[in-house]
Amino acid sequence: MTNIVVLVKQVPDTYSERKLNESDHTLDRESADAVIDEINERAVEEALKIKEAGEGEVTVLCVGPDRATDAIRKALSMGADKAVHVSDEALQGSDMVATAKVIAGALGKVDGYDLVIAGNEASDGRGGAIPAMLAEILGVPQLTHARELSLEGTTLKVDRETEDGVTHLEANLPAVVSVTEKINEPRYPSFKGIMAAKKKPVETLTVADLGVDAGELGLSGAAATVLEAAPKPPRAAGERVEDDGDGGTKVVEYLAGQKLI
Amino acid sequence: MPRTQTPLGLFGTEDLIGEDDRAIRDTVRAFTADRIRPHLADWFDEASIPARELARELGDLGVLGMHLQGYGCAGTTATAYGLACMELEAADSGLRSLVSVQGSLAMFAIWRWGSEEQKQEWLPRMAAGEAIGCFGLTEPDFGSNPGDMRTYARRDGEDWVLNGTKMWITNGSVADVAVVWAQTDDKIRGFVVPTDTPGFSAPEITKKLSLRASVTSELVLDDVRLPASAMLPEARGLSGPLSCLNEARYGIVFGALGAARDCLETAIAYTQERDIFGKPLASYQATQLKLADMSLELGKGMLLALHLGSLKDAGTLTSEQVSTGKLNNVREAIAIARECRTLLGANGISLEYPVLRHANNLESVLTYEGTSEVHQLVIGQTLTGQSAFR
Ligand SMILES: Cc1cc2nc3c(=O)[nH]c(=O)nc-3n(C[C@H](O)[C@H](O)[C@H](O)COP(=O)(O)OP(=O)(O)OC[C@H]3O[C@@H](n4cnc5c(N)ncnc54)[C@H](O)[C@@H]3O)c2cc1C
Ligand SMILES: Cc1cc2nc3c(=O)[nH]c(=O)nc-3n(C[C@H](O)[C@H](O)[C@H](O)COP(=O)(O)OP(=O)(O)OC[C@H]3O[C@@H](n4cnc5c(N)ncnc54)[C@H](O)[C@@H]3O)c2cc1C
Repeated sequence: MTNIVVLVKQVPDTYSERKLNESDHTLDRESADAVIDEINERAVEEALKIKEAGEGEVTVLCVGPDRATDAIRKALSMGADKAVHVSDEALQGSDMVATAKVIAGALGKVDGYDLVIAGNEASDGRGGAIPAMLAEILGVPQLTHARELSLEGTTLKVDRETEDGVTHLEANLPAVVSVTEKINEPRYPSFKGIMAAKKKPVETLTVADLGVDAGELGLSGAAATVLEAAPKPPRAAGERVEDDGDGGTKVVEYLAGQKLI
Repeated sequence: MPRTQTPLGLFGTEDLIGEDDRAIRDTVRAFTADRIRPHLADWFDEASIPARELARELGDLGVLGMHLQGYGCAGTTATAYGLACMELEAADSGLRSLVSVQGSLAMFAIWRWGSEEQKQEWLPRMAAGEAIGCFGLTEPDFGSNPGDMRTYARRDGEDWVLNGTKMWITNGSVADVAVVWAQTDDKIRGFVVPTDTPGFSAPEITKKLSLRASVTSELVLDDVRLPASAMLPEARGLSGPLSCLNEARYGIVFGALGAARDCLETAIAYTQERDIFGKPLASYQATQLKLADMSLELGKGMLLALHLGSLKDAGTLTSEQVSTGKLNNVREAIAIARECRTLLGANGISLEYPVLRHANNLESVLTYEGTSEVHQLVIGQTLTGQSAFR
């Protein structure tokens, strides 16, 4: 039986306007609709496929504010078995290292994990480093940017795809995997799944339960401090070239002037 | 100034919907956005839908027979079923018709009136979308008065032999099983007919101007021989088929509003983009009066639908109340669709926009499951105690 933990993050809906708080430049999570990150639906799908092909249990792990229960519910309605939710005011403004420590601490509360599946990059933070940091803290292999994944016994095989090409990776469990958009098409939650989700166990933890030093977390524990943030300037109007028969030449001159050709 | 409200937002209807029902609705909305909407204009234009494939996908979600209990059905609330119909019909009335006929007519008939054996044989496969059902009541000469039907089931030893013709039967040509209603020596009875039974055929009706993304057929029964076990044991008389129609009508109370909502949302967006005499069409009073009035009818219809949903979930919904909802909501929906059509000008007649497709579809919805006039007469009868049907 394979115990799979899927890391699920709740993010502001990419369709809604995303803002930063004026006071501390952290993401204003109240201003936008919050949804489960789409890449994490794919991570859940992959876990469910492994479970359905053999035997296993899928646990959802989410670090996020109270209303992240909606994202957890969505993952449970897709078919995950149970969830762990770490919610604590002290986490507000935590950086990636801190988040990875919290996730590692929470994994200690899941009895025995074999495989951790994450998204390769969250659509809000876009750090793309949590899976690697987590593997480092746990001291297990990291197989990131998986576009394909297969499990035979305790051997995990992954096709890792990056700009540099495709690499074939192999490791033994336990391990951390992060998946890309190409991994699969996530299922819609079934109606039975939706109605069953409420009855599935969700364990809620605070930082105190994890054995993580609260001093390392939050805005004050972050390694970097944001001093200033400004919206990107509106796009300038661009340059208009009138075509008096020499339009082509003028365009080439412009591009050459910009060192584009 | 940005838009700050939607037509239904004005009525705060979202707060009347429970969490699970909302999640179910959102799933159907996402499904139609991803899998259905991109193809609708083509399906309507070509008058063809991949019914088998769709049935499987709808079965996986749990849409088929969703509000029935047991036998592989999802067992949701009636309100969730209504909301699902609304999302399906916001895509196209043809898609909602496929689902209504499968779940509320064919499956419901077997679930409510069938033997345990019939239920075990058909319901799980129908819920999964592996088997498609149709419901044959209407005949070429008998629509609003199905009690006078001519299709006849004759006893021959233990067997039944069916002869007759059914008309305007949704899903007919793609069905694996037909629930067929026929006269017998002992009142009207229902029969579960596998469509591969010798003597059964279902030619498709073509040249439709409405509900083109839906299969509509004739059913021809030519000495169709069935075992005794094919009869629905619990239904005797017209109340059998009428109970099924009542289920499907309930879905239409919500469904029709979906089509109307889609038209209204399209019109609101369109009038903001379209400049006329140098300013947006949305900024003219005449436009805003239309949009405001249409939003009122949409919202009132939604409040009625949700209220009927609560009554159905409480088990107290009466058939006159369903007639009230069907009459009002379909009539208002088609009025909204036609009014939105005017706001889109020439674009309104194109399949690039959904409005005339919806308006044309709603012509069928106005007629089937009891015409508007028939529902007026039902309501009139309950108000006066006088039947004006004949
Ligand atoms: C409670 C909390 C409050 C925060 N508050 C703020 C804030 O106010 N302002 C602000 O700007 N940032 C805030 N952060 C965000 C934080 O700094 C980073 O977003 C976070 O460290 C993850 O980085 P990333 O999103 O770039 O991860 P990536 O490395 O891009 O994520 C990759 C994958 O890691 C997993 N993962 C990432 N984060 C989580 C998580 N939280 N739970 C479960 N799985 C996860 C997912 O599978 C994800 O797909 C907060 C984070 C938390 C947990
Ligand atoms: C696309 C489509 C799909 C359909 N699918 C199915 C299906 O799956 N199964 C099925 O069994 N049937 C189906 N029907 C048939 C539908 O239920 C009938 O068309 C409907 O009941 C009306 O019957 P009719 O067409 O014979 O009209 P008629 O009954 O001939 O009505 C003609 C007109 O007379 C009016 N009228 C009727 N009675 C009275 C009265 N007493 N007083 C005053 N006016 C009256 C009607 O309101 C209407 O305006 C479908 C129809 C369509 C268009």
